[in-house]
Amino acid sequence: MLKQTEGSRAVAEAVALCRPEVICAYPISPQTHIVEALGEMVKVGALTPCEFINVESEFAAMSVAIGASAAGARSYTATASQGLLFMAEAVFNASGLGLPIVMTVANRAIGAPINIWNDHSDALSQRDCGWIQLFAETNQEALDLHIQAFRLGEELSLPIMVCMDGFILTHAYERVDIPTQAQVDAYLPRYEPRQVLDPLEPVSIGAMVGPEAFSEVRYLAHAKQMQALERMPEYAAEFKSVFGRDSGGLTHTYRADDAETIVVAMGSVLGTIKDVVDEMRDDGHKVGVFGITCFRPFPLAQVCAGLRGAKRVIVLEKSLAIGIGGILASNVRLALNNLGIDIYTVVAGLGGRAITKTSLHKLFRDAEQAKLEATTFLDLDWKAVNRQLDREKAKRRSGPIAENLLRDLGVVAAKIG
Amino acid sequence: MFQIRIHGRGGQGVVSAAEMLSVAAFREGRHAQAFPSFGSERNGAPVVAYCRIADKEIRLREPIMAPDALIIQDPTLLHQVDVFAGLKRDGYILINTNRSFAELGIDEFIRDWHPERLCTVAATELAMKHVGRPVPNVPLLGGFAAISGRVSLESVIAAIDEKFSGKVAAGNIEAAREAYAIVRREMDEAREASAHA
Repeated sequence: MLKQTEGSRAVAEAVALCRPEVICAYPISPQTHIVEALGEMVKVGALTPCEFINVESEFAAMSVAIGASAAGARSYTATASQGLLFMAEAVFNASGLGLPIVMTVANRAIGAPINIWNDHSDALSQRDCGWIQLFAETNQEALDLHIQAFRLGEELSLPIMVCMDGFILTHAYERVDIPTQAQVDAYLPRYEPRQVLDPLEPVSIGAMVGPEAFSEVRYLAHAKQMQALERMPEYAAEFKSVFGRDSGGLTHTYRADDAETIVVAMGSVLGTIKDVVDEMRDDGHKVGVFGITCFRPFPLAQVCAGLRGAKRVIVLEKSLAIGIGGILASNVRLALNNLGIDIYTVVAGLGGRAITKTSLHKLFRDAEQAKLEATTFLDLDWKAVNRQLDREKAKRRSGPIAENLLRDLGVVAAKIG
Repeated sequence: MFQIRIHGRGGQGVVSAAEMLSVAAFREGRHAQAFPSFGSERNGAPVVAYCRIADKEIRLREPIMAPDALIIQDPTLLHQVDVFAGLKRDGYILINTNRSFAELGIDEFIRDWHPERLCTVAATELAMKHVGRPVPNVPLLGGFAAISGRVSLESVIAAIDEKFSGKVAAGNIEAAREAYAIVRREMDEAREASAHA
């Protein structure tokens, strides 16, 4: 049914339709509305049988999810930012144990400096943790990816993070098509665990493994993620046959067939990029878009196939690996090794900075004219940066950087956008 | 695409207003996107929310920097925030106040603009009268239906019914109706005045 609703509410309804049996979470913005809505559904008996467990931290949330999943329950949680970092040890355990937990990450920056706004630093900090990581472009896709995530995760016995841009998607009201319970039931079978803590057939889960078998266990985790590369397109096709719409899959392209310049990105910024590409196409520019839905496993072959016809590739990412540059860009470079394509890294939208059409128009035109640096920080205030560098040169005790920059910029509350 | 920016203060229902407006547009078969600007969501702090209305899917995710319409829920913001930033010439402005544009000191800025697109309504007073709480967002939506013609009063009422229930819904609907009527009257007066000018 078509509905105009908040992204968080849409995801909560999708998760409820997947019949989770245990939900546990610790509140943190911008994820909170999702678990609040689910908590209410459990409380009023709209979601049953399901236990909602209040926990005292994110570390506890993931630990409860691990225990519940090991006991054979379909388990769900959600977090963001510092919350994801706080649960990091348990996050690695969930994947190491092969437990198919589904977790929403409402993407938000990581401090310090403390910042509640959106970027992809949180999810990408956990890129090597063994979870499958999917990124939604719209609230409809966020909703759909959760349904696909339970299916894929349980089939492979792997946990899945569904990442959606905090605030930009979680707090946006837009049109979504909420499926029926019958549709979800037809798509998502009952959870049949590969391993379960059952008093009638006792096993232990979580053995200590020495050098004799550790590499093999790790290799199998990698092999499972490689299997996910095959399964995801199959499940997306099946999803289309049940729900009638394209959603999920590994990657998708937009107006890229004859494109000389292709822009690669993840998440909601793809929408703004598509609008810019439409306007540039009208002006005769051969520009296209390549969206990555599945970041882990990274679809190297699909990325190579999708981009190899381009003259130049711009990887626009809401993340920064300090000390090297782009994270997504490094992965894309690996896929395009030795093909002679110009690849530009653009770090944009950190800590909630708006990514505007105006800035993107200039950026893409600069790339076409080879006027772009290999690594670019979109809309960076170089003057403010240089003033701080000067302060540091002038004085040993130059003081805290974040506070200096805020003082330098003055009151920003009056600024729009 | 029609873009609306709503300015107010924490506690005035700025974000809910944008959401309800998007629901009203959705009910008319339009595509709509509402989202807040985030930050210091404390009671009394300046808050901005946005709503886009279009006939096709809205993919754009940037804040609204060049709005077609402004709803200003608190006139004291005029001296604190650059509320008019990027507003298109001949855009729509609806302010919650019982003072005039001249008394607010902004008549120079909007000189020669379509006068029937520039209206005021004492929305906080209407909210106090009908709902008993100083939350001006809903009556302003009634006024916005009149000034912009982009959503009908009926759709705004349906959105109010979706958001509230019982006495609160009924009171807000009355407040929206009265604001709608007040703004319609102002628009008629403005048209007559300009016809005689």
